[in-house]
Amino acid sequence: MNIHEYQGKEILRSYGVSVPEGKPVFSAEEAVKAAKDLGKDVVVVKAQIHAGGRGKAGGVKIAKSIAEVEKYAKELLGKVLVTKQTGPEGKKVNRLLIEAGCKIGRELYLSFTTDRNTAQTVMIGSEAGGMEIEEVASSTPDKIIKEYIDPFIGLAPFQARRMAFKLNIEPAVVNKAAALMMGLYKVYVDKDCSLAEINPLVITEDKNVMALDVKLNFDDSALFRHPDISALRDESEEDPKEREAAALGLNYVNLGGNVACMVNGAGLAMATVDIIKHYGGEPANFLDVGGQGSAEDDAKAFKIMTEDGQAKGIFVNIFGGINKCDIIAEGIIEANKMLSLKIPIVVRLDGTNVKEGREILKKANIPNVIMVESMTEGAEKVVELVKKA
Amino acid sequence: MGIFINKNTKVIVQGITGKQALFHTKNMLAYGTKIVGGVTPGKGGQTVEGVPVFNTVAEAKEKTGVNASVIFVPAKFASDSILEAINAELDVVVCITEHIPVADMVKVRRYLKGKKTRMIGPNCPGIMTTDECNIGIIPGSIHKKGHVGIISRSGTLTYEAMYQMSNAGIGQTTIIGIGGDPVKGTDFIDVLESFNKDDETEAVLMIGEIGGTAEEDAAKWIKANMKKPVAAFISGRQAPPGKRMGHAGAIISGGKGSAADKIKALNAAGIEVADTVAHMGETMVKTLKKAGIYDKCHNC
Repeated sequence: MNIHEYQGKEILRSYGVSVPEGKPVFSAEEAVKAAKDLGKDVVVVKAQIHAGGRGKAGGVKIAKSIAEVEKYAKELLGKVLVTKQTGPEGKKVNRLLIEAGCKIGRELYLSFTTDRNTAQTVMIGSEAGGMEIEEVASSTPDKIIKEYIDPFIGLAPFQARRMAFKLNIEPAVVNKAAALMMGLYKVYVDKDCSLAEINPLVITEDKNVMALDVKLNFDDSALFRHPDISALRDESEEDPKEREAAALGLNYVNLGGNVACMVNGAGLAMATVDIIKHYGGEPANFLDVGGQGSAEDDAKAFKIMTEDGQAKGIFVNIFGGINKCDIIAEGIIEANKMLSLKIPIVVRLDGTNVKEGREILKKANIPNVIMVESMTEGAEKVVELVKKA
Repeated sequence: MGIFINKNTKVIVQGITGKQALFHTKNMLAYGTKIVGGVTPGKGGQTVEGVPVFNTVAEAKEKTGVNASVIFVPAKFASDSILEAINAELDVVVCITEHIPVADMVKVRRYLKGKKTRMIGPNCPGIMTTDECNIGIIPGSIHKKGHVGIISRSGTLTYEAMYQMSNAGIGQTTIIGIGGDPVKGTDFIDVLESFNKDDETEAVLMIGEIGGTAEEDAAKWIKANMKKPVAAFISGRQAPPGKRMGHAGAIISGGKGSAADKIKALNAAGIEVADTVAHMGETMVKTLKKAGIYDKCHNC
């Protein structure tokens, strides 16, 4: 789960990590009031969306007067911002952060994340602050500094100091920088983050160490122990259908094409999307019905996949392991009846009780349900039918 | 033979009184797996599916001499159950549970350091040594005993691979689902090392997916160490970067973990990668023929 920058900064502030003074706003009037309250010569107007790359996309403006704050606020609110991370459809700006400007001395990079290979939390630092860390990592890997953290000990102060010295932070500021690292690590652990990133981390001209931007991502599996974090969810930032499916306990991923894929298991879901593309089709989405779908669950699944009219055909690709093909066949018939679907449903069933499952579909003799013998045949068939439609 | 488990492996089911656990306990017993007991704290003394329930893993070990465990405990409590099984010094611990917090698994991995336990999963279908022992939820009807090992990050793709290979007359030694989480007990190289040493295993099929660099690391390891032919499949070729594709670990992030990178690394190590999920069995057959061991592995 992601949250907005201003929410992340509030969490950091509560852990003693310095962030610029600021306030979230939803209208130009509120923006003007917030800027007046700050009473600074320079105010930063920042679009709040769940995606990075806002600066380059024009989502961050420096205002030198209240009039400029108003102008930028009006310009940004309601605008669809297309950044490197939003995809071509972009994201609509509904909130702004109005923040005090500061005099930047140096810009650095700092983050915590889980290193999958070592199964440890790793602290990553770089002197190339403000740049995207992936670019720094691929072009100048020697500029990336890492400290691996023993989960039984936590980030040790010596590791934080060592990071600060390696970042060439001047000795008088090292302790302040190390304290910020300890604070950010505590946020990372306490809140079950999957990423806690400060970019840039700035050392101001008056020698303060401050998080100018922060990105906190949280481990979805750990949200059960963080109701405070769950409460920060901004549903307008999420795909409404993915949200609806999640509420039903189904795993749905929207992909934009016109062939819907209903499968069991995440691995088969990905592989089905791949095989549709391999035979020239464009996957609209996949829906993983998991282990034991009832006919009712299947009907819900079909509804989510088709209700926006984007899908021109459905590929049901099921390998019956624990779940049985005959139950799935009944589910398809039931769902098709309940939703009176008109688009072709190509069905590939294999595995447990496949004979019975095929028999049931054959008997039902539904014109828009097409049974196939293999996954390859199914993928080719659904692509062909969708192209004709 | 096969790896990690065999006909002598004695198994307990942690969380045995849960609905899913009971269902799968029945299936495992029907397969012939030596289930010697279960653990549910507070329900010690009961008998379910004909096996005794204990309050703790330590007690179960003392009374039954168990050396393996399978965990069906809900995600909130699952890492504690894993720690309990490691603490009891079991040889093999398989965790089926999905959605365990990553931070909990980081602690489990730390606790595993220097311990004898081989931990498999979480978020996995389990492990089967054909016709000897089946621990987890792999259906007991689609395998064929033989000489090819399977390692997979996905449950359903494991079943697809077994089915395609069995239909092509290619049997299996041990089938392992290592799970779809980013931090797990066992990864490709651990399993490849064991298959490399196993006398019964002549070749290996590995099924990877987007996210992380375990397949790339495995490719390097295979090139340097593997004495047996390997075929592969990678799912997620069409996954958009930054999108989590069902499994917690299946995400292309920070410019790493794409299917293209993995396929390139595998090809560079001389490993043939199936074009689509429907071609896994075919690709294995091709690999066996190329290595001159098809006859040895076909309908043996």
